[in-house]
Amino acid sequence: MSDLTDLGVAAIRDGVRDGSFSAREVAGAFIDAVAAAKPLNAFLVETPDHAIAAAQAADDARAAGDTLRPLAGVPIGMKDLFCTQGVETTAASDILKGFVPQYESTVSGNLWAAGAGMLGKLNLDQFAMGSSNETSAFGNVVSPWRRPGDTAPLAPGGSSGGSSAAIAARLCPAATGTDTGGSIRQPAAFVGITGIKPTYGRCSRFGVVAFASSLDQAGPMARDVRDCAIMLEAMAGFDPKDATSLDLPVPAWEAGLDANLNGKRVGIPKEYRVDGMPAEIETLWQRGIDWLKDAGAEIVEVSLPHTKYALPAYYIIAPAEASSNLARYDGVRYGQRVLPEGAGLQDMYAATRAAGFGDEVKRRILIGTYVLSAGFYDAYYTQAQKVRALIARDFEQAWEQCDVLLTPTAPSAAFALGEKSADPIAMYLNDVFTVPSSLAGLPAMSVPGGLDKDGLPLGLQIIGKPLDEQGVLNAGLAIEQRAGFVARPGKWW
Amino acid sequence: MSVEPATVKRVAGLARIAITEDEAARLAPELGNILGWIEQLGEVDTSGVEPMTAVIPNHLRLRDDVVTDGNVRDRVLANAPQGDHGFFTVPKVIE
Amino acid sequence: MTESTYRIRGATGDWEVVIGLEVHAQITSNAKLFSGAATAFGAEPNTQVSLVDAAMPGMLPTPNRECIRQAVRTGMAIDAQINKWSRFDRKNYFYADLPQGYQISQLYHPLVGEGSIDIEVDDTTKAIGIERIHVEQDAGKLIHDQHPTRSYVDLNRSGVALMEIVSRPDMRSPAEAGAYVRKLRTILRYVGSCDGNMEEGSMRADVNVSVRRPGDEFGTRTETKNVNSVRFVMATIEYEAKRQVEVLEDGGRIVQETRLFDPDKSVTRSMRSKEDAHDYRYFPDPDLLPLELDDAFLAECRDSLPELPDAKRTRYEGDLGLSPYNAAVLTAEVETARWFEALLAECGSDVAAKSAANWLISDLYGALNRLGKSIEDSPVSPAQGAELLRLVADGTLSGTLSKQVFEIMLETGQDAGAIVEERGLKQTSDTGAIEAVIADVMAKNADKVTDYRGGKDKLFGFFVGQTMKAMGGKANPGVVNELLKKALD
Ligand SMILES: [Mg+2]
Ligand SMILES: [Zn+2]
Repeated sequence: MSDLTDLGVAAIRDGVRDGSFSAREVAGAFIDAVAAAKPLNAFLVETPDHAIAAAQAADDARAAGDTLRPLAGVPIGMKDLFCTQGVETTAASDILKGFVPQYESTVSGNLWAAGAGMLGKLNLDQFAMGSSNETSAFGNVVSPWRRPGDTAPLAPGGSSGGSSAAIAARLCPAATGTDTGGSIRQPAAFVGITGIKPTYGRCSRFGVVAFASSLDQAGPMARDVRDCAIMLEAMAGFDPKDATSLDLPVPAWEAGLDANLNGKRVGIPKEYRVDGMPAEIETLWQRGIDWLKDAGAEIVEVSLPHTKYALPAYYIIAPAEASSNLARYDGVRYGQRVLPEGAGLQDMYAATRAAGFGDEVKRRILIGTYVLSAGFYDAYYTQAQKVRALIARDFEQAWEQCDVLLTPTAPSAAFALGEKSADPIAMYLNDVFTVPSSLAGLPAMSVPGGLDKDGLPLGLQIIGKPLDEQGVLNAGLAIEQRAGFVARPGKWW
Repeated sequence: MSVEPATVKRVAGLARIAITEDEAARLAPELGNILGWIEQLGEVDTSGVEPMTAVIPNHLRLRDDVVTDGNVRDRVLANAPQGDHGFFTVPKVIE
Repeated sequence: MTESTYRIRGATGDWEVVIGLEVHAQITSNAKLFSGAATAFGAEPNTQVSLVDAAMPGMLPTPNRECIRQAVRTGMAIDAQINKWSRFDRKNYFYADLPQGYQISQLYHPLVGEGSIDIEVDDTTKAIGIERIHVEQDAGKLIHDQHPTRSYVDLNRSGVALMEIVSRPDMRSPAEAGAYVRKLRTILRYVGSCDGNMEEGSMRADVNVSVRRPGDEFGTRTETKNVNSVRFVMATIEYEAKRQVEVLEDGGRIVQETRLFDPDKSVTRSMRSKEDAHDYRYFPDPDLLPLELDDAFLAECRDSLPELPDAKRTRYEGDLGLSPYNAAVLTAEVETARWFEALLAECGSDVAAKSAANWLISDLYGALNRLGKSIEDSPVSPAQGAELLRLVADGTLSGTLSKQVFEIMLETGQDAGAIVEERGLKQTSDTGAIEAVIADVMAKNADKVTDYRGGKDKLFGFFVGQTMKAMGGKANPGVVNELLKKALD
């Protein structure tokens, strides 16, 4: 039998069900892999006991002849943006060091209720702000991938870089991610795995440390489309504790998987052909088009005229919301407090937040504060929300011509750590293809499409209509089946 | 766009993030660049466009007026950096 | 409408004061505006706090329907525009009583738009414009006197629903402001949207004051925060107006600032701690969707509104024929009106509304005052009051006797009929008995009989008194009069 850590969610679930192996064996294999992968710095907290308890429950249920729950026996990684009861949750920020939530996020709770166990809390860009994992207060995650003959550490993408690295390195079969402007899709693309951001409102935001409330959306990351469907079914669902949660039943996405795209129209937005796009990305995109044609889809060119303005609009809206969402980290009720000698309350706030937040977080809080401040609100924030409405309208018009959109996920393969950290805007440009669909709240997914000349993974993005996760997953499956992506990083850690 | 260090200090003050003169001087051009970049939004003709209020069509649900929460002081105070007699405590405030 | 003539006499001439009030009224609800924690007053610190109220990471607000409903009903009660589409905004500032670092409020699109309230000062009615009513969260409480170097934070109030009722700068004297607050309180209590309990902080006012030469443009205003009684609102205005006049007459300038009222000294002072908090960076709360109200919701709000004080007062005067004074007294507090109407219902057609009103205002109120009780815990019920009034109406009790019976009712809790029965307090119209007493009184006062018959008409009262006294107050005064006339003339 192959290594248990090579198995994905469906294979583990089915194997535990039919008794091919025990859930305890699976948990043990992944726990060992996690413990042996410190150089990747993917986990901030390891929780082997949690994984073992869930595995034991699965094995006991099977022994008792009970019906196994959908994720029984599947150990997963949890992005450290999800509050987990009794397990330190920091959002990779010093300001939350030592914070132990007295509550469980709805999404993580849903996963435990489905039988999953937790291997640990995964590293991320601090407060999910970043595209390379370099903003974590606890050291960046290192991608398991390397360029051939080169040991230079590469970025695993961000902000869900701990999740992407851990899955690519076979430290867990699946993990949670969150996506505000591409934080599931871009890291998935960087490490050759699959990740889907569902429609805004599908997954509850309750108990997820907020970055930008109108954009934040949880989603799964895994090695293939089916595993993502299984995970998303467990994570999603109406939650009365989140006023923006969608009160809709969760479709049976796994059962609905169908790679036959006969009668489907795939839109290719011409504005995504940006200046200076590497030829390899261009080639990959064309290959994706051919695969979808092969799956039966009709290809149509569409126009999303406001695409170019999505990033600047995002960099107003997200920081504005963040500047307010992060005001609660003030050293009064939880987390770190810095109280200089003789300081008053307001000085305590300023000292605590200066010491507790990293540079990128501060940068975004300052931008957000600036754009909301007196005299600037309309020019920046109101204008950005109007542009956002136009971007959403672009998509609505596109849906008159097509069912899903196909684009590259990111403008390049993984870059080296340190390569872009000096230039915030260069870093922000990484999200150029993922941000527009985030602004419109649409479901979107990245699937591996191939490798670049350095042997590094490249991803293709499928964007769907509101609530049409099934259409996205099916198109993803069609690509997956044709791309035959089997590359994996060699183990060096 | 040019941002003065004094502006950075004012904004940092509003955001309650202590910064030194050096930091303000370093951040000023950085923020200036970012703000200059996002200012291209001004090009977009948005006349007659309503700002977006809800990403996905959905309406606000209202909860019933029932006490379902509270009485969890231990959990509320569990992570407090400082507390006393069931209160959070902060440096004395003079109002 | 006559303009107020209230003026501050300065060294350089007269000044007019311009007042606008922002009243924060706690909405009556079981649970908080955005969390399921309780709102009851006086609980142990931090016990009525949910993890949402404490702004734990990832906690989200979910709005309470009842709070919205009560604010809408309040808006309807002042004939205001109700906005079917409104939205919550965040007001950002840092303070230890504000766990989120922002207050969820409504700036750009409030729930309730323009309306107005009629007040009465010196028998003149004046309409005070209401600019808006918005719904927002209350902050927690800081306690400064428990520790030498620390302030204590209690979040029990954090997240309690408030209506902020913003008036137009339409008031021109402390008396008008006082009347406005009192009238607003009455309306809120009729509607049931706020208990109006100022001591417990259920209602407090931010008092905006400026001065100007009569007829000039508005001057710069100051805002004195959280003034928590009608008396203090008036004192704030008096002090602030005088202070501003002095500053201006000394050649100074008024700075727009936040001030605090010191009730011990009756002065206001600048609030330095909130000085730099003016840039609130309002923006729509992305955790909440726009609030959209449908017609059914609004219809329920409207249908559930009670008769309001002004309408009730008009009806009392018109339909019931009460004096304007009595109508005003009976409608000033919702509990009084409620008690009065219960009394009328019990009386049926046997007792004139006027008599019932008089009895309530003089006898019952007098007794309650003496006992230090409010009408809600009156020892006599409306049914008992009605029984007493019926005994007066049908002649069983005289005015004097009824007072006597009422005293016994207050003491013993017994019903009027039982008291009359048991103690034989029935008024008598038995002409034989009365004639016998009259004969006796005349025999004992033969000289006065002579004087009376000699033209001293005024002595008639003396004979009435003597007869009533001898009858132990139980004789029917009408019969006594009649028989005395017959015997003496
Ligand atoms: Mg105010
Ligand atoms: Zn207010």
